[in-house]
Amino acid sequence: MSGNIYIYILVMATVTYLIRVLPLTLIRKEIKSPFIRSFLYYVPYVTLSVMTFPAILSATKSTLSALFGFVVAIAVAIKGGSLIKVSAMSCVAVFVIELIV
Amino acid sequence: MSKKNLYKKGMKDGIPIALGYLAVSFTFGIMAKIAGLSILQAVILSATNVTSAGQFAGLTVITAGSSYIEMAFTQLIVNLRYCLMSCALSQKFSNKTSISHRLMVAYGNTDEIFGICTMSQGVLSPYYAFGAISVAVPGWTLGTFLGALSGSILPANILSALGVALYGMFIAIIIPPAKKSRIILGLVIVSMILSLVFNILPLLSSISSGFKIIILTLLIAGIWAKLFPVDESTSENS
Repeated sequence: MSGNIYIYILVMATVTYLIRVLPLTLIRKEIKSPFIRSFLYYVPYVTLSVMTFPAILSATKSTLSALFGFVVAIAVAIKGGSLIKVSAMSCVAVFVIELIV
Repeated sequence: MSKKNLYKKGMKDGIPIALGYLAVSFTFGIMAKIAGLSILQAVILSATNVTSAGQFAGLTVITAGSSYIEMAFTQLIVNLRYCLMSCALSQKFSNKTSISHRLMVAYGNTDEIFGICTMSQGVLSPYYAFGAISVAVPGWTLGTFLGALSGSILPANILSALGVALYGMFIAIIIPPAKKSRIILGLVIVSMILSLVFNILPLLSSISSGFKIIILTLLIAGIWAKLFPVDESTSENS
């Protein structure tokens, strides 16, 4: 770590608040551009996908257990599991695999 | 409905959100502790930011010791979706909604708060949002505190298992729409493959994870927006 934690936190909070507050106070009209609307619509899916994979593979003690947790999370999500259920089942899968292997 | 009743209704709808937040922010607290933050720093971070993906991405930037500029850009990209949500919320408010009320709702405009606010019937009262925020944000902060507190107590195998909790949540968010739409499914798969490529290829792997998120998001979301413009009806409530 090279920076000051509090300055990092300040930067994070400021940028995040500006993103949230500017449209709420300034842009009272609807965004019309189909490209910008579509772009903003796709952003979270790309961001979350990029953040998840392959980072998840190094999130536990072994790649094998993490891979197992990843597969279980996808399976439970496909079955329609809630946010908490998907997350919890994924953790349980990792825990069980690490007990066995 | 009176302001008081709207506030109460917001609080009631905020309870399940607070419970979900407890679980996820607990993991955040643990990871913040591992990244070298104190309990107080983790709690301040959660109370001032109230983002999930943004905060976790922030931890990566802090751990890597990257610049404040990179931190700012990472937050901008990871949290860019709130811009769209705030635009949508702004449409839902009455024109008479005061600036000070808008300033306060902006603070708590998370994915979930946005979700229940846009689902509410008719014009959105800021008091409903205040009620929900006043329950959900303490849940987020309390979970962080408990996580940071227990991070040093919990055994290694539990910590290892909790390592996937956040990713599990991300997967739970991206899979349902990917199941419904081939366009999103393709988007998710391409994103993950390119993310992997960026980690493996010699030159690309030297790019920090914050910039990797920025580059890939701009690139892939841009291409998808060009190829598959979203029509009005599908972009609502996303």
